[in-house]
Amino acid sequence: MDSTNHSRFSSTNNYVATDDLMIAVNAAISLGRPLLIKGEPGTGKTQLAEEVAASLQANLIQWHIKSTTRAQQGLYEYDAVARLRDSQLGDDRVKDIANYIVPGKLWESFVSDARPVLLIDEIDKADIEFPNDLLLELDKMEFHVYETQKQIKAKHRPIIIITSNNEKELPDAFLRRCFFHYIQFPDKKVMEQIVDVHFPNLKKDLLESALSVFFDLRDAPGLKKKPSTSELLDWIKLLVTEDIPVDVLAADNPRSAIPPMHGALLKNEQDVHLFEKLVFLNRRNAR
Amino acid sequence: MLVDFYNHLKSAKLPVSITEYLALMEALSAGVAEYSIDNFYYLARVILVKDEKHLDRFDKVFGDYFNGRSSAFEEILGDVPEEWLRKQLELMLSEEEKQQVESLGGWDELMDTLRKRLEEQEKRHQGGNKWIGTGGRSPFGAYGYNPEGVRIGQKTNRNNRAVKVWDKRSFENLDDDVQLGTRNLKVALRKLRKFAREGARQELDLDDTIRSTARNAGWLDIKMVSERHNAVKVLIFFDVGGSMYPYVKTCEELFSAAQTEFKQLEYFYFHNFLYDFVWKNNRRRHDEITQTYELLRTYKPDYKVIFVGDASMSPYEVMIPGGSVEYWNEEAGHVWANRLLEHFPQAIWLNPVPEASWPYTQSINIVKEIMADRMFPLTVKGIEQGIEALKGKKLN
Repeated sequence: MDSTNHSRFSSTNNYVATDDLMIAVNAAISLGRPLLIKGEPGTGKTQLAEEVAASLQANLIQWHIKSTTRAQQGLYEYDAVARLRDSQLGDDRVKDIANYIVPGKLWESFVSDARPVLLIDEIDKADIEFPNDLLLELDKMEFHVYETQKQIKAKHRPIIIITSNNEKELPDAFLRRCFFHYIQFPDKKVMEQIVDVHFPNLKKDLLESALSVFFDLRDAPGLKKKPSTSELLDWIKLLVTEDIPVDVLAADNPRSAIPPMHGALLKNEQDVHLFEKLVFLNRRNAR
Repeated sequence: MLVDFYNHLKSAKLPVSITEYLALMEALSAGVAEYSIDNFYYLARVILVKDEKHLDRFDKVFGDYFNGRSSAFEEILGDVPEEWLRKQLELMLSEEEKQQVESLGGWDELMDTLRKRLEEQEKRHQGGNKWIGTGGRSPFGAYGYNPEGVRIGQKTNRNNRAVKVWDKRSFENLDDDVQLGTRNLKVALRKLRKFAREGARQELDLDDTIRSTARNAGWLDIKMVSERHNAVKVLIFFDVGGSMYPYVKTCEELFSAAQTEFKQLEYFYFHNFLYDFVWKNNRRRHDEITQTYELLRTYKPDYKVIFVGDASMSPYEVMIPGGSVEYWNEEAGHVWANRLLEHFPQAIWLNPVPEASWPYTQSINIVKEIMADRMFPLTVKGIEQGIEALKGKKLN
């Protein structure tokens, strides 16, 4: 296993990793522990796994969790129905049960030849028991296949990145086995870097006014859904493609009641109304 | 030395265990955080903290421990290998500066003095020109101006230093101080589970499959059903009035237990009694309000409602328009309470005040009457009774 030597994660061409995030990922890589990532929606939790894989030139295996996902599905599934059907058709395959064991994502990552990155996305969507069912597998990185009496053991401990949106609390025993990192919402300086990575040729003044509109918007009290990094990027993309002049964004522009293309930033009509009201009040107070 | 830090975390009620401590040791010896206190802070945070609500507490302990006390980080470094320091110095210094080093008596002299000072120094030091510390003109310590300065624990340049990230306390908002040990409350709440088969058909229905296969003259006919899961929906209202302070801990436990137990849980806060609005974020209770009418529109009557409050107030606050202590309410509290109860027929009131003293407070009696006697003490037993009542027949 020489994979531990050259595995260091840092910012890539299209992802800005802060110091604390780098330390977190590198700690998880060198100790071979799963890394649990939380943070506001749209701060690049899922993208992190892609970037880690890209930066280490490793294979990325993605396991997206839904409310119906069970832990067993990540290990393997026994396709009893297919076997029953084959037996009725008199297929020869039916004699070997191994033909009907379908490997899951975890299995796939265990038998991978090079050290892979495994993304377990939105683990909080699953049932309360889901994380508990994976304790041993994540700890020892091996599991037993009951049907074939085989032990599957990881060739290389995969780099496991788990994301959660906090819809459910995760059990303590599970947390013990993970490292944890909370992605903070980027401040203005980091945000500039992020935008720069995505739109390298953006005009300085447009960036400046777009960011100030964006952070003002986030500070507005009572928004149901605060706009996040990904929404900011979408919005800037729109501004660029529509070629919106900078002065439209300026705060003292009487025509701009609310920012142009606000649909990219505010996702429900109550928020738009609320924001219109706030802008109106501000104007009146300013006079 | 780090054991001490670990004990500090423990006494600050951070749930850290030996496992995490060992992991931190392992990571340090693997060289994940190379000789910089910022990196050490990030590393310790990633390994020792498991939930964002603990981040603020961790920052506080870290700050107290490493800022206030002896030059603790220097101790962690222990013996900074001389080779390493020398290499760093050589990289940093210009030719001219190297000449100046000679003026102090050469490398060995410099290292010797450093070692002596480390021994002499007991307190953290900032400014001045002898001791090791930050910001001074001594040859030792980080952020100094002396060309002979030896940088300890500082890798990046001082302009973008992330110094005292932990002092910023940027995670303060996330600490809801939920206590551990809510298990018996969870068990009590578990009784409210209502299993229902809803959603996609994922499971093999064995009985039906056998029946229809037999009907199908032995040819397989698979029947599927959807999985059973907890389908109960809960709406909780917490009183956050001043008289509730003694019961904050119990309420937090209840809240934490409810959060893990119910998938569909919504919560709101109110002060003393229910009027035409409630709020979700206690810090912003004056800007971010939710109209009670909006609640009635948003949540269907199949939500089970739990009010948590001491119901101890002046009877006027319940009975009379304008009785609220906070603002002028057009309609009396009991009107609003009845409106809610009419919409949500399955509701209970959990009261943290010991049941024995209920009869002596007039307003508790009034509220109990409004709730049609469905007021229960906020104890495990009381919750069990309350859950029974929630499952039972409807209020109206």
